Amino acid sequence: MAGMTVIVRTIARLLFPFTFLFGAYIVIHGHLTPGGGFPGGVIIAASIVMLILAYGIERAQKKVGFLHAEVLESVGGIAIVILGLFGLLLGISFLQNVFPLGELGQLFSAGNLPLLYLGVGVKVTAGIILIFYAMLFAFRGEEE
Amino acid sequence: MQRALALGMVVAIGVLLVFTVSTNLLPFGSFPSRQIGENFDNSIGQQILENAPQQTGAANVVTSVVWGYRGYDTLGEVTVLFAAVVSVVMIFRAFGRRE
Repeated sequence: MAGMTVIVRTIARLLFPFTFLFGAYIVIHGHLTPGGGFPGGVIIAASIVMLILAYGIERAQKKVGFLHAEVLESVGGIAIVILGLFGLLLGISFLQNVFPLGELGQLFSAGNLPLLYLGVGVKVTAGIILIFYAMLFAFRGEEE
Repeated sequence: MQRALALGMVVAIGVLLVFTVSTNLLPFGSFPSRQIGENFDNSIGQQILENAPQQTGAANVVTSVVWGYRGYDTLGEVTVLFAAVVSVVMIFRAFGRRE
């Protein structure tokens, strides 16, 4: 896949930071506003898929490759389990909140909920990109 | 023979499930531990709505249910996502190799 015309590339380059920022906002504010790790991760993945479609798979792979996505997905999953084990190690229970709760409505509040949503966001982003890459690699032979 | 055995197994399990649900569980449409008469506020949903901001510290009640009260469930959800990604990558790799 060789990428698209200059018009599409320019629009994708201009739209990418806003889409990425919106997805990151949805993930980070998951404990305050509607949204969370799952929809936010999909929005971030959509921004990167847009770059892949506009610039072609070869140039996009240098930025976010198949291996990057694979590693990031595992890191997200492991981060969630390790955060859950904190509660178990302190003798409460698995996935129990051990951090201070903070003030209601502030960005740094609710203990481990934002961190768990951050892990979910990373994991969903990497998973969607992995699925997209797998489909691209499977059908690349037919096109050339 | 195998097919008939499998079909019989499925029918047997289905009959067992329908029988169990229709006899042993709560009546259809009723919430757990919710009595319409006197203790109207005693349902689980009402308890979570009232206590979630103090107990979990999250302003979003959905988040406090998803990761606070039902953390195991969401961990399973994440595992399902992982399994889905792994199976899609596996299938499409085999698909691409054959051509």
